[in-house]
Amino acid sequence: MYVATKGGERAIDAAHDWLAEARRGDPAIPELSVAQIREQMSLAVNRVMAEGSLYDPDLAALAIKQARGDLIEAIFLIRAYRTTLPRFGASLPVETGAMAITRRISATFKDVPGGQVLGPTFDYTHRLLDFKLAAEGEVQQAGRKPADDQPAPHVLALLDRDGLMEPLAPSAAVPGDLTREPLEMPADRPLRLQALSRGDEGFVLSMAYSTQRGYGRTHAFVGELRIGSCAVEMEIPELGFSVEIGTVELSECETVNQFTGSKTEPAQFTRGYGLVFGQNERKSISMSLVDRALRWEELGEEDTGAPAQDAEFVLYHCDNIQATGFLEHIKLPHYVDFQSELELIRRLRKAAGASEREAAE
Amino acid sequence: MKDLGNTALLQVAGLSKYYGTRIGCEAVSFDLWPGEVLGIVGESGSGKSTLLSCLAGHLTPDQGRVLYNGRDTVTMSEAERRVLGRTDWAFVHQNARDGLRMGVSAGGNVGERLMAVGARNYGAIRGSAIDWLGRVEIDADRIDDRPRQFSGGMQQRLQIARNLVTGPRLVFMDEPTGGLDVSVQARLLDLLRGLVRDMGLSVILVTHDLAVARLLADRLMVMQAGRVIEQGLTDQVLDDPQAPYTQLLVSSVLQV
Amino acid sequence: MTDQAYNFAYLDEATKRMIRRALLKGIAVPGYQVPFASREMPMPYGWGTGGVQVTAACLTPEDTLKVIDQGADDTTNAVSIRKFFERTGGVKTTTHTAEASLIQTRHRIPEEPLRADQILVYQVPIPEPLRFLEPRESETRKMHSLEEYGLMHVKLYEDIARHGEISTAYAYPVKVEGRYVMDPSPIPKFDNPKLGGSPAIQLFGAGREQRIYALPPFTQVVSLDFEDHPFMASKADHDCDLCGCSTSYLDEVITDDRGGRMFVCSDTDFCEARRAQGHRGRLSPEEAV
Repeated sequence: MYVATKGGERAIDAAHDWLAEARRGDPAIPELSVAQIREQMSLAVNRVMAEGSLYDPDLAALAIKQARGDLIEAIFLIRAYRTTLPRFGASLPVETGAMAITRRISATFKDVPGGQVLGPTFDYTHRLLDFKLAAEGEVQQAGRKPADDQPAPHVLALLDRDGLMEPLAPSAAVPGDLTREPLEMPADRPLRLQALSRGDEGFVLSMAYSTQRGYGRTHAFVGELRIGSCAVEMEIPELGFSVEIGTVELSECETVNQFTGSKTEPAQFTRGYGLVFGQNERKSISMSLVDRALRWEELGEEDTGAPAQDAEFVLYHCDNIQATGFLEHIKLPHYVDFQSELELIRRLRKAAGASEREAAE
Repeated sequence: MKDLGNTALLQVAGLSKYYGTRIGCEAVSFDLWPGEVLGIVGESGSGKSTLLSCLAGHLTPDQGRVLYNGRDTVTMSEAERRVLGRTDWAFVHQNARDGLRMGVSAGGNVGERLMAVGARNYGAIRGSAIDWLGRVEIDADRIDDRPRQFSGGMQQRLQIARNLVTGPRLVFMDEPTGGLDVSVQARLLDLLRGLVRDMGLSVILVTHDLAVARLLADRLMVMQAGRVIEQGLTDQVLDDPQAPYTQLLVSSVLQV
Repeated sequence: MTDQAYNFAYLDEATKRMIRRALLKGIAVPGYQVPFASREMPMPYGWGTGGVQVTAACLTPEDTLKVIDQGADDTTNAVSIRKFFERTGGVKTTTHTAEASLIQTRHRIPEEPLRADQILVYQVPIPEPLRFLEPRESETRKMHSLEEYGLMHVKLYEDIARHGEISTAYAYPVKVEGRYVMDPSPIPKFDNPKLGGSPAIQLFGAGREQRIYALPPFTQVVSLDFEDHPFMASKADHDCDLCGCSTSYLDEVITDDRGGRMFVCSDTDFCEARRAQGHRGRLSPEEAV
């Protein structure tokens, strides 16, 4: 009569087989290739790279395939793989000013040196289902205009030259590495930016949105959003100079925020910053808003108690791999804890019953 | 009974606090003697709350010294300051919600300081809590209720009990009767006066209400724009104010 | 069968060294939570990543590993973690407490007393005993450093005031060597007395929260209480229905939909060993004649 929990091992194996079958779906339908995912689901690939903190489109595509399209699960696969990679060193800071631009817009100026480039954007599309895609129609070739080699300097640098932006003092300090050091509070801005950059897109978006609705309002304008490829250079000690080791696609957003100044400082604009792997503009804009909201203390602003101003709240809850793991762990057996609660409740009820009977006598 | 020692309990010298270029308080000096109640009066924005925060260690002053029993509380470690904060010192907030744990029962609120200094007997802690609730005129059968269920006056009396249960020597009070109805105020003032006298407490009392100051304070300091402009015995300052600003303050209260 | 694509016990040696440094610090300051740079592991946070990293940092090829969850060797998560180390470390595994040199556990301490040549590794979900009283990490760390533990007793006071007894049944807070208040992980309070004075090293790993702490052998561990409401370890008021043991921690198993239940040892290895020795309980199968 006693059904032991034996057989856990067999159950796990069988569940894994079932999972593999479910992942494949109907075998009559052709299987997706990793290359297809990489090319045709590129924004999903970008998100997995950004939140997985590993720039490798092929691995990200593989992770999406293995995870059956569950992006958080795919991010998890990439993070776990990333752990096992040795760390050889750090690249030089990427020069986003020298980016090969595919998209670049500024909301603060009608035109800027280097021009506004809409690029491959969903903006201004009418969100109507395109049934031609269901019919697997031919690809329309986009028209091309030869690139003009006009440089496109950062828009905020133009304001900076006029002294209207808060000055950013260059620092020789080596920023901490969130993946190598435990996150401790208070976290400085480099650590906050790292956490936000790999934080959950939905969480960061909601935090940013909350600042717009008045919970830690920062009056942000998109000074510039730019997307494109940047060279990654690394200094090789044996060579004594830096070499290009590859390129990464990045989305960078800089916001211009109102700042009325204080007794000691004249009125000027402040900034929020977002930088994310791949074409990921929703995330980079969100990140720059949250970054700005978290800077309230250094800028002498008031703590309004808004969630987006609370660094501990934001940083400890933005990581979806931590969040999903802890959330889902309540599926694990807890019967030892539950048993002790059960006994406690029974004991308390018994005690309450006894005192009631006493009172009745 | 007052403990009239011959050294000051608190010696404050040249205390200043600035917010940017704005003066919070500037060059404040005074001594507080054991068993003495010092009132700090002035309009809102006169710097009295800033001064109180600097004295109680909630704000770090930019200049000056605060010696408590000869120990400099500005330079002492935060650990030492926090120990003082739960043993020798007490702080009564204007808003009882800032000084109470609203999710904890009245008994737990009163018992917290006892437990913080090592009390480990439930019965004894509860006994002290019941005793203290009685002393602040709260029925013993409310001991397991949370402060949320209490009226404003009761919350304030509970805050006072919670602060005094460990027998502190120095109590900081920030507008302890502010925000209460006049009749409730009168009862609370009466209670406070009795407790201060019975326990021989030294008190620094910040208030904008001169009637409160007259009832409780032995001595008064009048502040304006961050500076102390007049000080002396309470009756002397209120009945024969020297500074024009004090005269204005006093005359406006007399009109009421 | 080892997986050659990974280093012994999965983690690279530099990471293991980092974890060992944290462990040594934890051993040196019993009960103190040492921050460490927890790595992403191939199992989810909350499923034992802290324990797995501590185990990986302690394992040697000569070790014999036992993994339990809820006291049992055959629960799915225990099986999964045991397989992980079989695959990445090729270490010997066992279900027998006495044979193991390293035991990773979730929510229980084995019934059989541990020895000086054994290490017990706990999986910890929330290492901060003050967390549910004070949500801020910066504040709780300050409270620990200043030994401000009054609030912990306020919680226990409230329990008694409301329920007549301390209604914390698991993850019952303890004070270590008279200094740090520590969360013993969600073990039932029945297991608390085994924390103190143990000859074995006890290590606690919290992966998601990036904390490691430790109890060196023979450490004084006191469960928080009041003089007049002393701590009491409690268990279901039954004997094991399979082995008849009256002193072990029991699981309650619902056997039918008419209120039928049975109580069995939560420590499966302990129960099996007793049955092998001939002990019998109320519902033991009849001996074949």
